[in-house]
Amino acid sequence: MKQDLFQAPDYFLMDELLSDEHKLIRDAARDWVKRDVSPIIEEACQNAIFPKQILSGLADVGAFGPYIPTKYGGAGLDHISYGLIMQELERGDSGVRSTASVQSSLVMYPIYEYGNEEQRLKYLPKLATGEMMGCFGLTEPNHGSNPGGMTTNIKDMGDHYILNGAKMWISNSPFADVAVVWAKNDAGRIKGVIVEREMEGFTTPETHNKWSLRASATGELVFDNVKIPKENILEGKDGLGAPLGCLDSARYGIAWGAIGAAMDCYDTALRYSKERIQFGKPIAAFQLQQKKLAEMITEITKAQLLTWRLGVLKNEGRATTAQISMCKRNNVEMALNITREARQILGAMGITGDYSIMRHMMNLESVITYEGTHDIHLLITGLDITGESAFK
Amino acid sequence: MNILVCISSVPDTTSKINFTENDSKFDENGIQFVINPYDEFGLTKAVMLKEQNGAKVTAIIVGESSVEPVIRKALAIGADQAVRINMKPLDSFSTAKEISNYVSENPFDLIIAGKESSDYNGGAVPGIIADMLNIPFVNACNGLEIEGNEVTLNREIDGGIEKIKASLPIIIGGQKGLVEESELRIPNMRGIMTARSKPLNIVEANNPMTMSKSIQFEKPAAKGECKMVSSDNIDQLVNMLQNEAKVI
Ligand SMILES: Cc1cc2nc3c(=O)[nH]c(=O)nc-3n(C[C@H](O)[C@H](O)[C@H](O)COP(=O)(O)OP(=O)(O)OC[C@H]3O[C@@H](n4cnc5c(N)ncnc54)[C@H](O)[C@@H]3O)c2cc1C
Repeated sequence: MKQDLFQAPDYFLMDELLSDEHKLIRDAARDWVKRDVSPIIEEACQNAIFPKQILSGLADVGAFGPYIPTKYGGAGLDHISYGLIMQELERGDSGVRSTASVQSSLVMYPIYEYGNEEQRLKYLPKLATGEMMGCFGLTEPNHGSNPGGMTTNIKDMGDHYILNGAKMWISNSPFADVAVVWAKNDAGRIKGVIVEREMEGFTTPETHNKWSLRASATGELVFDNVKIPKENILEGKDGLGAPLGCLDSARYGIAWGAIGAAMDCYDTALRYSKERIQFGKPIAAFQLQQKKLAEMITEITKAQLLTWRLGVLKNEGRATTAQISMCKRNNVEMALNITREARQILGAMGITGDYSIMRHMMNLESVITYEGTHDIHLLITGLDITGESAFK
Repeated sequence: MNILVCISSVPDTTSKINFTENDSKFDENGIQFVINPYDEFGLTKAVMLKEQNGAKVTAIIVGESSVEPVIRKALAIGADQAVRINMKPLDSFSTAKEISNYVSENPFDLIIAGKESSDYNGGAVPGIIADMLNIPFVNACNGLEIEGNEVTLNREIDGGIEKIKASLPIIIGGQKGLVEESELRIPNMRGIMTARSKPLNIVEANNPMTMSKSIQFEKPAAKGECKMVSSDNIDQLVNMLQNEAKVI
């Protein structure tokens, strides 16, 4: 891949809304992505290999549980810091951001929020350093948008539980040391279960031939009479609200991340358009290319404002699920549209791995589906404003 | 060992440079400020010396409160404490004088500055400090080793390297080579968090007295159009260099 010349667009001087520490954290993540992610990510994607060598760097920049209290190995930061880190990671690659989102919001968050003190102390410090990696099992082969219909279940055997079922499309599953799995108990209530790699009857076959998020490992979780000690149940919360709480946190991070991917494509297209000469002029001088670029920066700026405001609300504990849905939906669609326009500005060059645009485009096809599909988020807004559910 | 690293806050190298007030002032609007790259090599070297042999690293900056993000970054990278002399750095003399005043009251074994700052490229501050403190000064250093009280320095000279021995205390002007670019550090989260509780002392300027003043800035003329000459038409090239460009 070409040298990473990224310069972040900040058309409305949004930096002035950030604290000095926010900027320090963001710039550290940005510099790290330039130094350690950009040079290796294209090859990792082309070869569909998860770049394990960046795990310790991810931990160093605070990508694993930045808002988890320091007592448990987190950084005790606010949600804007978390968002900024996700933005920078996804500027590099959505797969790298996915790994961090899963670890932070889908593994550390439920253990912190729904776990007891023993569970927190056992898992969180190791998850924060990346010494232990986690995954999150909610989706099943027959239950995607409708996770409440899940069939994975735990049976109470007196001094332990027995877990049976299968999860699909699980990020990080092929190498995860622990899995936070959602399963129904004998009463049909959804419970969080911490499953450990070495437990008997637990396997994690990898999903191959993806054309999206190729630098992130995806797989299944298969449970064949797995014996689960009672101390591995997350007792703090049950019901569908428990996994949905995790999704709120992850979707919030995705909203920021999508801006990163969009900024990268815009920046690449803008630079290319000034250098590429056709008909004796830089193509940036043609109105049709200007329209694309001008619309891109307008959309990015709108998303930046929306997302910053969401961050402020999240810090105040006021961000609603519906607001997070709206922001995730808006930003991912915005980013995906920008990848397509940016790709055209680069002409044939845009389809090669010399530039990041097509990789972002393919990645975002997963991002617009996972953590609630584009349609489902629209229905969440619909439900919120009308009071009528159009899901079922 | 006590090490002082002089840091200046400079516009990021990719910034678009503009001037205001009849071209007499640099337009800071929308500019991102960073640690002067030459100082960053020195800071990294100081932190490495601390890790190898133990030392206390102080980062000093002359500037108003707007430069604090830059000095906080120095703390996050590994300086133990920071000092900000509260004054807009107007020229090399006043900047050097304020730093010298501070050092005469708080002595250091080794002072590392950059060989110049990448904004105004004056390159005068460390030399003036050396004179004011009456200590040796070696500029353009691209290598530094310390043994006991003795310092071995490599200094870049035209077409080669000069090896110099000196003893502490000393002030140097550093550049790439003190450490390599690949050794520069990105602050990690632990560093950023510990920087919160590291002391940042604000010292009022003693007697900010300038000796020179910028009157006007001019940007370099825009690049002219590039003329292509075919490689088998050397005569035309010579002719153009002689009669059009008038350089030979
Ligand atoms: C790369 C990748 C990584 C993933 N990682 C994880 C992970 O770590 N953990 C995890 O648990 N899951 C993960 N997922 C799964 C993801 O969350 C699901 O794919 C997603 O929830 C959609 O489910 P589905 O694929 O079964 O689609 P379906 O639910 O079958 O949806 C198919 C289509 O039908 C539409 N649809 C469904 N219901 C309705 C409705 N009521 N009204 C209107 N339209 C509807 C959808 O919008 C969609 O367009 C991942 C997916 C991908 C691609």
